[in-house]
Amino acid sequence: MNLFNLFKRRGSAPVARDRLQILLAYERSGRGPSDLLFVLREEILAAVGRHVEINPERVHVQMDRGDKVSILEVEIEVPNTVRAVPASGRKKHAKLRPA
Amino acid sequence: MGKVVVVTSGKGGVGKTTSTAALGAALAQCGQNVVVVDFDVGLRNLDLVMGAERRVVYDFINVTQGVAKLSQALIRDKRLDRLALLPASQTRDKDALTEDGVQSVITSLRKMFDWIICDSPAGIERGATLAMRYADEAVVVTNPEVSSVRDSDRIIGILDAKTVRAERGERVAKHLLITRFDQARASRGEMLTIEDVLEILSTPLLGIVPESEEVLRASNLGAPVTFNNPNSGPARAYFDAARRLMGEEIEMTIPTDKLSLFGKLFGRRAA
Repeated sequence: MNLFNLFKRRGSAPVARDRLQILLAYERSGRGPSDLLFVLREEILAAVGRHVEINPERVHVQMDRGDKVSILEVEIEVPNTVRAVPASGRKKHAKLRPA
Repeated sequence: MGKVVVVTSGKGGVGKTTSTAALGAALAQCGQNVVVVDFDVGLRNLDLVMGAERRVVYDFINVTQGVAKLSQALIRDKRLDRLALLPASQTRDKDALTEDGVQSVITSLRKMFDWIICDSPAGIERGATLAMRYADEAVVVTNPEVSSVRDSDRIIGILDAKTVRAERGERVAKHLLITRFDQARASRGEMLTIEDVLEILSTPLLGIVPESEEVLRASNLGAPVTFNNPNSGPARAYFDAARRLMGEEIEMTIPTDKLSLFGKLFGRRAA
């Protein structure tokens, strides 16, 4: 037992914080997809909703998970009465490819 | 229509029942009509903490099974009649509480009270998921300690998945209530700080309840701490938390028990 340890004893709380952060990052990955989808859905809807009126019921969000890439598919129905939407653009597709 | 709030934590012994009683009483003391509901079938304790253990005649399950009317099972608090308790059953049959039964009782309570505060059992089993099932908001009680923080993280995930609101694509508003906090130990690096816990759980803070002798004293006497000693640190913390639930904006502080002159001189808390 080193006498100096008595004087420079560090708090244990930083260790607790680091252990928790590592553990929870791992545990959350197990339930990640559904949470991520929910967050993405809310944020994308909010962004689109600022420009056009959308019906939250007519929105479809889906994640296809692959080995190297996953595909996030967002389908939002936009009523034809809205301006700035091309005639063929009744449905808007947005595909994002996260690495 | 009343608001349904579940008090939950995953881990046992962190202060769910104490917080349910104190928040319920504080809301009632602020003029609201409140019912506190015990969901811990087989291990009820909210009646004891509220000081109503000798007045229990009928319980939650008696109501769902049609043995008693809701009005017969509700116990009005003797100190404040805006506050009521719906006790849990002491039956050992954990499946006695059904989803339909809970829904019908909650629907009736919403019409009678401003606030329905549901005291969840520990764990993530049926009792805990039933307690949160119809919640509009959730108070997640957490101690600044690793196992409690981990379990809170788990329960936050379950709130986002298994509640009726979550299934409808809506959100259950979640609030973090940190209990048994000791500022001195946190400052010395011996306890997770408030910032640590908030960073890890990324959930808005409802209040910080300090570690205090007053909590045990109040439960010994069968009175929520906001009744027993309204000026104590924990009572003030619960009053602030209750007012934040009501939508008031109050600066976040860590109320502490006041020290008497004797206590200040000798480093002990006032009796």
